[in-house]
Amino acid sequence: MIHSLFLLDAAGDVFLEKHWKSPLSRSLCDYYLEAKSSAFSQSGRDAAGKGDQGTTTGGGADTQAVGAAQRLVPPVLATPHHFLVSAERGRVALVAAVREEVSPLFVIEFLHRVADTFQDYFGEVSDTVLKDQVVLVYELLEEMLDNGFPLATESNILHELIRPPTVLRSVVNAVTGSTNVGETLPSGQLSNVPWRRAGVRYSNNEAYFDVIEEIEAIIDTTGSAVAAEIQGVIDACVKLSGMPDLTLSFLNPRLLDDVSFHPCVRYKRWDAERVLSFVPPDGTFRLLSYHVGSQNLVAIPISVRHSLTWGTPGGAQGKLELGLAPRHTLGKVLEAVSMTMPMPQQVSTASLTPSQGTASLDPVSKVLTWEVGKINPQKPPSLRGSISLSPGSLPPDGNPTLSLAFRVPQLAISGLKVTRLDLYGEKYKPFKGVKYVSKAGRFHVRI
Amino acid sequence: MTVGKDVSALFPDVVNCMQTDNLELKKLVYLYLMNYAKNQPDMAIMAVNTFVKDCEDPNPLIRALAVRTMGCIRVDKITEYLCEPLRKCLKDEDPYVRKTAAVCVAKLHDINAQLVEDQGFLDTLKDLISDSNPMVVANAVAALSEIAESHPNSQLLDLNSQTINKLMTALNECTEWGQIFILDSLANYVPKDDREAQSICERVTPRLSHANSGVVLSAVKVLMKFVELLPKDVEYHTTLLKKLAPPLVTLLSAEPELQYVALRNINLIVQKRPEILKHEIKVFFVKYNDPIYVKLEKLDIMIRLASQANITQVLAELKEYATEVDVDFVRKAVRAIGRCAIKVEQSAERCVSTLLDLIQTKVNYVVQEAVVVIKDIFRKYPNKYESIIATLCENLDSLDEPEARAAMIWIVGEYAERIDNADELLESFLEGFHDESTQVQLQLLTAIVKLFLKKPTETQELVQQVLSLATQDSDNPDLRDRGYIYWRLLSTDPVAAKEVVLAEKPLISEETDLLEPTLLEELICHISSLASVYHKPPSAFVEGSRGVATRRLLPARSQSESIESPDLGSQTSHSLSQQPQVIPSQSDLLGDLLNLDLGPPVTVPPGPSTMQTGAYDLLGGGLDSLMGEEGEVLGGDIGGTSAMSGGLGGPAVMPSSLGPPAGGGLGDLYELAGGIGMPTGTYVPPKSVWLPAVKAKGLDIQGTFARRQSQICLELLLSNKALQAMADFAIQFNKNSFGLVPASPLQVHAPLMPNQSIEFSIPLNTLGPVMKMDPLNNLQVAIKNNIDVFYFSCLVPINILFVEDGKMDRQVFLATWKDIPNENELQFQIKECSLNADAVSNRLQNNNIFTIAKRNVEGQDMLYQSLKLTNGIWVLAELRIQPGNANYTLSLKCRAPEVSQFVHQAYDSILKS
Repeated sequence: MIHSLFLLDAAGDVFLEKHWKSPLSRSLCDYYLEAKSSAFSQSGRDAAGKGDQGTTTGGGADTQAVGAAQRLVPPVLATPHHFLVSAERGRVALVAAVREEVSPLFVIEFLHRVADTFQDYFGEVSDTVLKDQVVLVYELLEEMLDNGFPLATESNILHELIRPPTVLRSVVNAVTGSTNVGETLPSGQLSNVPWRRAGVRYSNNEAYFDVIEEIEAIIDTTGSAVAAEIQGVIDACVKLSGMPDLTLSFLNPRLLDDVSFHPCVRYKRWDAERVLSFVPPDGTFRLLSYHVGSQNLVAIPISVRHSLTWGTPGGAQGKLELGLAPRHTLGKVLEAVSMTMPMPQQVSTASLTPSQGTASLDPVSKVLTWEVGKINPQKPPSLRGSISLSPGSLPPDGNPTLSLAFRVPQLAISGLKVTRLDLYGEKYKPFKGVKYVSKAGRFHVRI
Repeated sequence: MTVGKDVSALFPDVVNCMQTDNLELKKLVYLYLMNYAKNQPDMAIMAVNTFVKDCEDPNPLIRALAVRTMGCIRVDKITEYLCEPLRKCLKDEDPYVRKTAAVCVAKLHDINAQLVEDQGFLDTLKDLISDSNPMVVANAVAALSEIAESHPNSQLLDLNSQTINKLMTALNECTEWGQIFILDSLANYVPKDDREAQSICERVTPRLSHANSGVVLSAVKVLMKFVELLPKDVEYHTTLLKKLAPPLVTLLSAEPELQYVALRNINLIVQKRPEILKHEIKVFFVKYNDPIYVKLEKLDIMIRLASQANITQVLAELKEYATEVDVDFVRKAVRAIGRCAIKVEQSAERCVSTLLDLIQTKVNYVVQEAVVVIKDIFRKYPNKYESIIATLCENLDSLDEPEARAAMIWIVGEYAERIDNADELLESFLEGFHDESTQVQLQLLTAIVKLFLKKPTETQELVQQVLSLATQDSDNPDLRDRGYIYWRLLSTDPVAAKEVVLAEKPLISEETDLLEPTLLEELICHISSLASVYHKPPSAFVEGSRGVATRRLLPARSQSESIESPDLGSQTSHSLSQQPQVIPSQSDLLGDLLNLDLGPPVTVPPGPSTMQTGAYDLLGGGLDSLMGEEGEVLGGDIGGTSAMSGGLGGPAVMPSSLGPPAGGGLGDLYELAGGIGMPTGTYVPPKSVWLPAVKAKGLDIQGTFARRQSQICLELLLSNKALQAMADFAIQFNKNSFGLVPASPLQVHAPLMPNQSIEFSIPLNTLGPVMKMDPLNNLQVAIKNNIDVFYFSCLVPINILFVEDGKMDRQVFLATWKDIPNENELQFQIKECSLNADAVSNRLQNNNIFTIAKRNVEGQDMLYQSLKLTNGIWVLAELRIQPGNANYTLSLKCRAPEVSQFVHQAYDSILKS
């Protein structure tokens, strides 16, 4: 199981370490840093090599190298005596050392859970904050893992064991000499519903659900979808007193054939009746995530027209024309639309005029961004203009890939619809609400 | 301390604070103790009292904290004091304390294993598996599994049906981490029958919907393992496999780190059961901002899933990837196109044209990569795509990597007769001969010799040049040896040289990068673990296991209704229990050679002859300078097989004449069988090809059926056309209309070497399960070897099923003939047969078709005949023979008219044989 945990900052310095068995030297992290730097230099070299040859696209190699560098280290590294399993969050790297055969997913999941907890307690995961709160961090780690086995990772339980820091509490603690540490055993820890603490009271009882769908798609040059899938989640914010037992039903549960539930959901009921029956944790949590994949048809809410010619280096100017139009949105509005397009290195300047929003080409990274904003279906936005290639370079021989971001409020693109929410076990009538939103996930258009 | 500063000097002061009531302070002191107690063992003793006191505290949180901390203090003196409090805590009334104590046993075992055993903690821990609280159960399982890894008795976690029940109950209620522990230990359990396996699977399936990917993958492991035990024809088997797909797809939407691990595991699953994800290929399409390690892994899986159904999409994607930025990825994408061509035959044409498009881009590394894969395509589909050679030759100059150059040279040599300026092309390579890498040098040598054999007139000078370069100016022994072999061959017998050098090459197999089946099976049992990420068995890299080699193997299903029946099953497990090996060990080889006692050596000869080679080499080296013309003295170098096996030319120089049947004993068997068979004169159809080498990874299967002395035999000829030796053969029949099953297993004692064939006959009986096939005489056969299992079907000539006691009494015949309704009578024509009635009768008699009466009506001969099948079906026949007419009329009457047409076929083939 997990032997030791190291927290590294962006510069690669270990700023915190914790050992659950015999202490290990922090020089172990050198293997991780080595892998990171070699991966980094390799991607740098590739990019440089491209530039030298000047024969290929270059397709924004620099930005890609930088963007990818954070994830360049394979998550599992072998060292002579240990294995390093790592995960990154923000600019902090969590590196766990294990010695025996373990399930790497278990370790990675745990590392992400640790980072989630830090996020929950301190609002962000960064080396400065963690260094400030080092005592709390240490106590948390101690509660979360024992001898490499996870102990308590539910935030409800942790909150009872160790109270999150607030300004008020630190003042009170300083005056009264009390501590952030809970003195009693958390009530929920051993019950059948470990995710919920007992004795919750609210004056306003409310339960809100957000159905959020992200469309992941690859659209080819002709405008047809090569691959399109929907990653959906239902996030809940439940503030209900006592031990409520909720039932959520859907209009079309058939859509949900690939789901992962929060542990609170009763699987048997779902299997038999296709309703979600659960005793919710207190506060915000992810009730369910689902995947609507290749078996179902996914409606793409936006269409992209494009034409691109490169022109000749130093001579004739190339032309770029882009047009966006909504479709299949059931009358809903496309919001917060923006587009990024990594241009090849050979592109020197571009003069582009959008019919709406702002467009700019970053001169260093050669990334073209176009902030469109809201799309009016009567007046679909367009972007046109010329691009010029730097003199002496070869014309690029591939076209860049364009990624789109957008939001469609009040629409679940898969068509999922919640029909009713029932409450059992408590007498009061809660406020209920369901909100839908669809977003672009990794939405790529090849042009 | 936490930032790496040594604060051990403060030890006494810190310990003084220990008795505080402030919990936070207490925790911090405990933290300090854990870190520094080891450096100050004497001082640490001071803390023991407080620990013992805390273990009695009314607050369970403090009791648990004390026992937890004590376990972390790795000082022998303290551990002695730990035993009593620990024992108490293991029986504590509060489950929180019990579960902490369970973990503490594992800690203690790590520090002092002997102590744990002496104190009987292991038994207490085992009792905790039956605890009422699921969290305690989960922690006890986790602790036991950890102890078991370093414990000599690996059966520590002794699972039986009862404990399994307990675990299954706890599984539903404990935390996600506990679920992982329980699932992992479940995977090591061997259910006693398929009912139990199914019930476990049913109870594990809900875990596939868990939000924690670790739980999901551990559940997948359990299911993948137990599905082997389920009968294939049960509906649940298919349902279960269907359920596995969605969770695997979902894993891919997680963070990149998780994706990578998931993809490595999916790679294994796809190799084992491609049907699970065959419809999901789209989720493996690469996004341009995926990390490189995810991209490469996705690409690999895409190729494994490529099939005729989705090849268009896959090719379009691969072409797209080939224009990406990342060099490594582009190379792999180009290579993938080649692999598609080899894997999906129908797509080869499109793949080749895609590769040509890519070559037109003139991007250096793309062209090189394309040339390398085109060479493989040429080897897979010889003489099909030569038209593109011209395009390849245009790009000759841009090739600078050894692999690409070698590939190009191979192509030029192989197709020298169609390339007009082949000699010029090869000559241009020859200029810088000594600067080339060995791979290219060897290839160039072989290519020029090929060219010479094809166009001897104009290339004599070239070949002499290359031979002298290879033999005299090179100090690479491989190159020199190969040079001498060619030289010698060309000088003594050009015809033989042609046979050797231009021999037909064995086809390359479809999937060269598949994991070995035994390794794959082992890795499937380690899904979700590090082993599955590295694709290596844990024994290969985990050092903590301390020599306890517990290899986990897939259970083999042992019931006869599926095609994977007892023989195959036991054979599999038998071969699994040995070290996986493809190449037979030296002693086996020696044994083979002794058995054969004549005939040339087949593979690399053992010890003595290797030494000889060395000696000849020395000799050859010395004579180098003396050698005016082609040196006859150097004949001995032919033994130097090292040169033969290197490079692409290797397989080509392996002469096909070196492949007589390997197992001498089996040859004898065949002769024996043949010797007995002949006198009875039964008709045996000639052997036909049942499975060509192309479809069976190089195994060519021909065969026929015979009936010899009342015994049905299957006669098989297996030829190895692949590059590696084959072993572990086994055969199995599917259920068939006549219940045919092998009466004895397939006995191939020696591994079948490349280019060898063996012939043998297997006795069959008809006691197996019966299922009506379409056509009736269809027989589905599975042949297994160390590479894979191959399925094919063949038609059983029905005459082998005619039994000896098929002669009906005359009266019975008449009665039966009348009794069978007329609509069951079928008439057939037997055309162009020139035998007279007596000869016909004799010949049919030899095949157990008995003539009961013969009449002459209006100048026609009427033969009334009967025969009986192994399953007791009688067939009555009336054969009308007109003198002077070569066409006979056959009327058949049978209660089961569907057999009639096959009986007619049998008549036809017997009479015309």
